[in-house]
Amino acid sequence: MLRFVVRRLLLLVPILFGLSILVFVWIRALPGSPAQALLGERATPQLIKEMNHQYGLDQPIYLQYWRYLEQTVQFHLGTSITTQQTVMTEIGQRFPATMQLAFAAGLFAITFGIPLGFFAAKSYGRAFDHISMAVSLLGISIPIFFLALLLKEAFAVELGWLPTVGQMSVLINIPHPTNFYLLDALLAGNMHAFWDVTQHLILPAIALGSIPLAIITRVTRAAVLDVQNEDYVRTARAKGLAPGVVDYRHVMRNALLPVTTIVGLQVGLLLSGAILTETVFAYPGIGSWLQQGIVDRNYPVIQGGILFVAVVVVFINLLVDISYGFINPRIRLSGKVG
Amino acid sequence: MGNLTKAFAAFGLVALIVVAVAFGARTHKSASDTLVFGSSADPVALDGALISDGESGRVVIQIFQGLVGLKPGTTTVVPMLATSWKSSPNGKSWTFTLRKNVKFTDGTPFDASAVCANFNRWYNFTGSFQNPSATYYWQTVFGGFKKYDPKSGAPKGSLYQSCKVNSAGSVTINLTAPSASFLAALSLPSFSMESPTAMNKYGANQGTVDANGVFHPTGTYSTQHPTGTGPYMLQSWVRGDKLVLVKNPNYWGPPAHIQTLIFRPIADNAARLQALQNGEIQGYDLVEPEDIPTIKSDSNLQLLSRPPFNVGIVGMNQAMKPMNNLAVRQAVAYGLDREAVVKAFYGGRGVVAKEFQPPSLFGYSNSVKQYTYNPAKSQALLKAAGFKLPVTINFWYPTGVSRPYMPDPAKNFQAFAASLSKAGFKVIPHAAPWTPDYLGAVEEGKAQVYLYGWTGDFGDPDDFDGVFFRTPQKQWGFNNPAIFNILTKARDESSLSKRIALYKQANNMLMNFLPGVPYVHTSPALAFDKNVHGYVPSPVDIQYFSSVSIG
Repeated sequence: MLRFVVRRLLLLVPILFGLSILVFVWIRALPGSPAQALLGERATPQLIKEMNHQYGLDQPIYLQYWRYLEQTVQFHLGTSITTQQTVMTEIGQRFPATMQLAFAAGLFAITFGIPLGFFAAKSYGRAFDHISMAVSLLGISIPIFFLALLLKEAFAVELGWLPTVGQMSVLINIPHPTNFYLLDALLAGNMHAFWDVTQHLILPAIALGSIPLAIITRVTRAAVLDVQNEDYVRTARAKGLAPGVVDYRHVMRNALLPVTTIVGLQVGLLLSGAILTETVFAYPGIGSWLQQGIVDRNYPVIQGGILFVAVVVVFINLLVDISYGFINPRIRLSGKVG
Repeated sequence: MGNLTKAFAAFGLVALIVVAVAFGARTHKSASDTLVFGSSADPVALDGALISDGESGRVVIQIFQGLVGLKPGTTTVVPMLATSWKSSPNGKSWTFTLRKNVKFTDGTPFDASAVCANFNRWYNFTGSFQNPSATYYWQTVFGGFKKYDPKSGAPKGSLYQSCKVNSAGSVTINLTAPSASFLAALSLPSFSMESPTAMNKYGANQGTVDANGVFHPTGTYSTQHPTGTGPYMLQSWVRGDKLVLVKNPNYWGPPAHIQTLIFRPIADNAARLQALQNGEIQGYDLVEPEDIPTIKSDSNLQLLSRPPFNVGIVGMNQAMKPMNNLAVRQAVAYGLDREAVVKAFYGGRGVVAKEFQPPSLFGYSNSVKQYTYNPAKSQALLKAAGFKLPVTINFWYPTGVSRPYMPDPAKNFQAFAASLSKAGFKVIPHAAPWTPDYLGAVEEGKAQVYLYGWTGDFGDPDDFDGVFFRTPQKQWGFNNPAIFNILTKARDESSLSKRIALYKQANNMLMNFLPGVPYVHTSPALAFDKNVHGYVPSPVDIQYFSSVSIG
């Protein structure tokens, strides 16, 4: 097991190195530059030249990359061009909100995705199956920003039930020792704030969770359909076991294995989807922060932010792999052989 | 029903209850002493000297005040921290009488030495503070700094010379050259008076320069302790979430109506509108033209218009023949269907421009020569000047840009090219990315006919006519000493009535000489809850919230 973990950790080095080059080159391939974004219509060629010099952007690209790499390995992700705060400081302020949102979206997707998929499989070919498949198809195909607009129009503007922007009402003040607002509200013992933060989470979580929900529903349905035709399920039924017991002990337990893997893979999707969701909901997480960075061509923020998110995704996938190694010994064996 | 089904049903029920309770707990709170404004982004910093963007200025102008202010909704200079002023006969010395009994929010007095401390702070900036992105307005109005740094990009030499304390209540600013236009500029957030004590205490001028030459403030002044004399003061600021201002209890003027003023950054336009409809914010700026019908049809909302303060121009470079011929320039002016373009592409927010400066600014002539679309007249002018039709012109337009005065440059170009074709011209299109290619080509004098425009910085005609035509410039390619002289004289004249007369005369001269054809001024819109009163949109984005009330 240790060998497996060490091998996976070593693999991270080339992955992260490749990732850093990719992010670095991609950002410089974007049209526009920080100077143009900051100077607007006053961006004369002379001013642009001067600003590029100021920020070292007129140096050969390999030198720029080398300096970036040098600083990155020392955990210096640079300083935001607009706010002059270090990128690490800003990530520390923004990331908890994104984690909270991603967690809520994941919870929504799992809570509703697995039962939907299960019942769809159980009523295979009937109306409920068709409806749930149609809903999951919509979930995948509707762009997040559009779904967000629809949800806000219905539940906020028309019905007035839920808020449309932010993480908490501006009139509520609580201390933020952790920057996880739900936790902060509980720590402050302020249940009103807790409900307020929960309300602010509902619509963004549904919008962000819609794609994972659809995927989980479909995978669960397929897995349940597969498993319930297996010999051991037929045998269990033939033994006269109650249908609920068969479903719980034999069908779901086995069907949930592929679902677990899929859930692990959704983390990347949730974090990338957060950019759109947070922007549309003005949710102060890492996604809206990155979006503003892209608008401003704030290279350190985009570079540092994307690298940070990528590292988080890579590490979470590593954790999923390792946990899978525990669940399924064959994975470990293949690691040993390979 | 099996156990598993029961479990799922129970789980779904719990989820529904959670959602229902959350819905049930939602209450609409709207307090008459709190106003939430949806901004498009966080301010960069709360230190007037170091900002040039609108969102920073919007907040800074509530906390800080300058020596002069603007009459709400206009560009007319009115007393603020100075109650009166006069210039020396040579126009180089300006003496300000200061308002008495004014204190900064840290309790220190506002007096002549505080004014000089601020001017000297700006003039003595070094290192990255001299970067054009850090001190844009100082460099626009005053030029360079005490210590010239060729690497910084700041110009050499400064309009500012010195500041003299005459008494606690009187101060003289000495300039190196006569300039009247600097007075209006003093109303900008960038020239706000800040507490010298607080700036020292919280490190407004402290920072380090990293290996890339980028300055990083290490003090907390501009993020936590901005200290001015305005009707509001900072209570808290969480970037990306909210910036909270509260009423200054010791304000020298009429107290603000609203106790708490909150700025909430919402980058997405549609999200700002929905937040307003849902009562989470009570107002926002930068309304998209397509949202205007929705706002107008909502009885709970109101739409306010900002007076136009920009201009879209079709420029002509006289260094490139045949644009040196006045008849050709007149033919272009008569051949541009400006009315149709403004009607088609500006969503009802544009007016046809007749002069190079917006009508809200003093010096607007209102009696210039008019060039209404008349293709037959264009053709006649060209023929009379001895040209064989069609006359070929190279018409440039930018790509990858949207400015308030040209939301979609390609559309403007297509419409103008079509109308010019009917007027006896053969139009050869040239498209280039806005920066650096397009602006580079235009400013280097390589474009013959081109789309151009300008958004004003401050309420002085020199910021429009002067920027374009006070000196010879390659993009216009002409040398007309009469125009250069009158615009220089108008800038340096200290009497306002004489300045107005000079600019009116200059605008008449310009529209006869036709270095270009102004074609549009646009009027941006703001949206508010219908219960918000007293917000007066300013042409130059200087809006005081102290006059705003809810109810």
